[in-house]
Amino acid sequence: MIKIINQFKMELLARSSNESFARAAIAAFISQLDPTVEELSDIKTAVSEAVTNCIVHAYKEQLGYIYITVRILNDNKVSIKIKDKGCGIPDVEKAMEPLYTTAGGERAGLGFAVMESFTDKLTVHSAVGRGTTVIFHKQLQTR
Amino acid sequence: MQCSIFTSGNMVTAKLSGELDHHSAKSIREQIDCEVEAVQPDKLFLDFKDITFMDSSGIGLVMGRYRLMQLHGGEVIILNPSPSIRKVMRLAGLGRLAKIETSA
Repeated sequence: MIKIINQFKMELLARSSNESFARAAIAAFISQLDPTVEELSDIKTAVSEAVTNCIVHAYKEQLGYIYITVRILNDNKVSIKIKDKGCGIPDVEKAMEPLYTTAGGERAGLGFAVMESFTDKLTVHSAVGRGTTVIFHKQLQTR
Repeated sequence: MQCSIFTSGNMVTAKLSGELDHHSAKSIREQIDCEVEAVQPDKLFLDFKDITFMDSSGIGLVMGRYRLMQLHGGEVIILNPSPSIRKVMRLAGLGRLAKIETSA
């Protein structure tokens, strides 16, 4: 059975200057589990991708909020939910294909691929005009 | 995030430091492109030694500079990425576009 041991929520404006704040805040919260350097770096990278997606895609047209919930679960598991109320993704499967991007030039199209490969489980829900929710889970080593 | 650029003959080296993400990539990109367009070097070295964090924005940065260097037949060489940065680069298959050199 999944038990919530600890939880932290924040909402922040989708400004690119908040990308580093979001990953630093989440990393600080998770530090109570004494993660390895690699685990922490994986989580920060996945968070950075999800938050960047909110800024570059979800709120491309209008500024809005990003809602983040981080849970520490039993057995050293972490779940992170990153939600926006932006434009939504018409075709989630297509958006998750590596190298696919609608942002052009300087975006590599690897956001979801990084989230998928750096976490243990990734779920994406999206509705056009209503927003996107990304949830990922990471199992930390027991030390 | 900081970027120092050194030019020596046909080579441009951009020494990056700090956290490389979507927010910080823009000014780095502009600084590097300005120098590369002026010098048109044979080799562009991107030194990641002092980069403490990088997400896929760093991959976009390298891919964009690769395309720019291709315009005049130059190459991009990545120096000293940390293990976590190498992990992102491997996922992206960046080794196909740029030589990756790690000092011992």
